[in-house]
Amino acid sequence: MPAIDLSTTPLRALNQSLHALAEGSSETEWEVLNPDGRHAVAVGIDAPVSVDIRGPVGYYCGGMNKQATVTVHGSAGPGVAENMMSGKVVIKGDVSQYAGATGRGGMLVVEGNAASRCGISMKGIDIVVKGSIGHMSAFMAQTGNLVVLGDAGDALGDSIYEARLFVRGNVQSLGADCVQKEMRDEHLELLEDLLQRSGITGVKPSEFRRYGSARKLYNFNIDNADAY
Amino acid sequence: MSYHNPPTTPRKSATFDDYTLSEIRRAATTGIYDIRGAGAKRKLPHFDDLLFLGASMSRYPLEGYREKCSTEVVLGTRFAKKPIHLKIPITIAGMSFGALSGNAKEALGRGANIAGTSTTTGDGGMTPEERGHSKTLVYQYLPSRYGMNPDDLRKADAIEIVVGQGAKPGGGGMLLGQKISDRVAEMRTLPKGIDQRSACRHPDWTGPDDLEIKILELREITDWEKPIYIKVGGARPYYDVALAVKAGADVVVVDGMQGGTAATQEVFIEHVGQPTLACIRPAVQALQDLGMHRKVQLIVSGGIRNGADVAKALALGADAVAIGSAALVALGDNDPALESEYQALGTTAGAYDDWHEGRDPAGITTQDPKLATRLDAELAGRRLANYLKVMTLEAQTIARACGHNHVHNLEPEDLCALTIEAAAMARVPLAGTNWIPGQGF
Ligand SMILES: Cc1cc2nc3c(=O)[nH]c(=O)nc-3n(C[C@H](O)[C@H](O)[C@H](O)COP(=O)(O)O)c2cc1C
Repeated sequence: MPAIDLSTTPLRALNQSLHALAEGSSETEWEVLNPDGRHAVAVGIDAPVSVDIRGPVGYYCGGMNKQATVTVHGSAGPGVAENMMSGKVVIKGDVSQYAGATGRGGMLVVEGNAASRCGISMKGIDIVVKGSIGHMSAFMAQTGNLVVLGDAGDALGDSIYEARLFVRGNVQSLGADCVQKEMRDEHLELLEDLLQRSGITGVKPSEFRRYGSARKLYNFNIDNADAY
Repeated sequence: MSYHNPPTTPRKSATFDDYTLSEIRRAATTGIYDIRGAGAKRKLPHFDDLLFLGASMSRYPLEGYREKCSTEVVLGTRFAKKPIHLKIPITIAGMSFGALSGNAKEALGRGANIAGTSTTTGDGGMTPEERGHSKTLVYQYLPSRYGMNPDDLRKADAIEIVVGQGAKPGGGGMLLGQKISDRVAEMRTLPKGIDQRSACRHPDWTGPDDLEIKILELREITDWEKPIYIKVGGARPYYDVALAVKAGADVVVVDGMQGGTAATQEVFIEHVGQPTLACIRPAVQALQDLGMHRKVQLIVSGGIRNGADVAKALALGADAVAIGSAALVALGDNDPALESEYQALGTTAGAYDDWHEGRDPAGITTQDPKLATRLDAELAGRRLANYLKVMTLEAQTIARACGHNHVHNLEPEDLCALTIEAAAMARVPLAGTNWIPGQGF
């Protein structure tokens, strides 16, 4: 198992080695020591490897990830797993703003809380937050699923498109064009699967409420101008 | 005695002119602001207000057909492992697939290849056709992030982070439902037929300190190979360029208010931002103050039409220019040969700007397959290449006449201005004087 100590090895060397992994490489388990809040750790990986980061990271950890499983044993700064394509990013601690921003696939699991704008502009990613999320989360969220076991802050799902939001706790307020929706069997099944894949037990899908787009802002109408 | 009242000529208001009145009526009837394509149409101080002095007793010219005047440009020399080498100082600006048809994008690529320059993607992502037909392709990183993915980032020759556009500094985008074909919808991960609003701010950074980290991330993902451009609208060019340099840009693109757009509110196009002419000197000043002029390259766009405009932008300190609208005209946009069809759309050749409606008779700003096939990509590409070559020749002609063996050696001292406004903005003397307004005698 390669272990890279960022207190002695430059970030560039870490990311370069992860990018250079050849198909079928046997170096499938990586460990990163002393990240000390560094930015852009383990970004742009495109290989089925696991990377365990021992400590807190700064901005954009796991950015644009493909295939890899990146686990942060600590907290993460803004934009964790931004634009992720596939694979999995797990944060054992809390995360800052824009977690999973514009993510297109894969799964982001936050075991602590997420700050504002979680899932902003998401495009297919699944995000599961065990704690609560901040204001303006899922702003302009296009597709994918956001699951929150705790509470959601102000203006959840503002200007949302087709993403599905599931919240177990309290929603402080809904943003423009976001409404509560009926939880049908298909949604309960989906939620069951999401909870299971993110390793969450002891929580039932029926404890959640579902939110999504009222689809009233999809085509411009002057009488809705104050909602834009 | 009876008074004879001579009739007065009916007088229209300069304030409430015909256009203004028609706009009030249009707003009252439709209840929506006017959205259109193209750039500012009002008269603005521009390159036409500058003249070259030419060589004379104190400077000697280069022999037109014997002495070389080079035009090549290298972009991205600051940090990128693989800077871009262009044969000419004119690039094709970012225009999205979605706004433009696939054929039009192909034609831009073909034309740029022949002329030895780059093309740029746009909001909506990179198409395989576009990558295939463009030898040098700049990939835009926009607030919407439609279609963004690491594979295309790595396939690109450079990355352009779009902070703003001259047509709408501070504004986002809007692609109306009627232009959303299945393919466009799929590329943007959105349902077909709905309006696609593009955000005006990036989703995961705000401000130059964040941007610096975002650039680090993009460089790490692409192993520091690609030049990274930052494109700003002509708002506060001195500070915007200084902050772009601070954030780590290899290249800064400054797009003045005449810059075209695919679709924006008319009020935005005509009333926000500074004219291109007013943006260049502050942008160059910022680079000079930081000791970065020619180290971080400057691309200027917004209303570039001919070789004289190119030469003037370079003389004021730009390294290259970018063209959008002019490239579309070279492909066949607004061609008088289509006049009857423009009339049917309630407009006239030269004025057609409803590019967001997707009904372009020239087959350029449309997603309608029937209309799009009207454009012959090979022929249109050839036309664009011809036009680019003519512009380059024109710029060379001027540079030689001013005694320069590279277009980059053109300098403000080669210029004078026809108006006080242009003299102040370009910081060159008013013709016939040695007066640069704002700088005393
Ligand atoms: C049809 C069209 C589409 C455009 N799409 C984009 C875009 O997606 N992203 C962008 O940064 N600029 C876009 N622009 C602006 C151009 O990149 C460029 O800034 C502008 O066209 C330059 O001014 P000019 O048209 O006067 O040459 C677009 C312009 C046009 C005409």
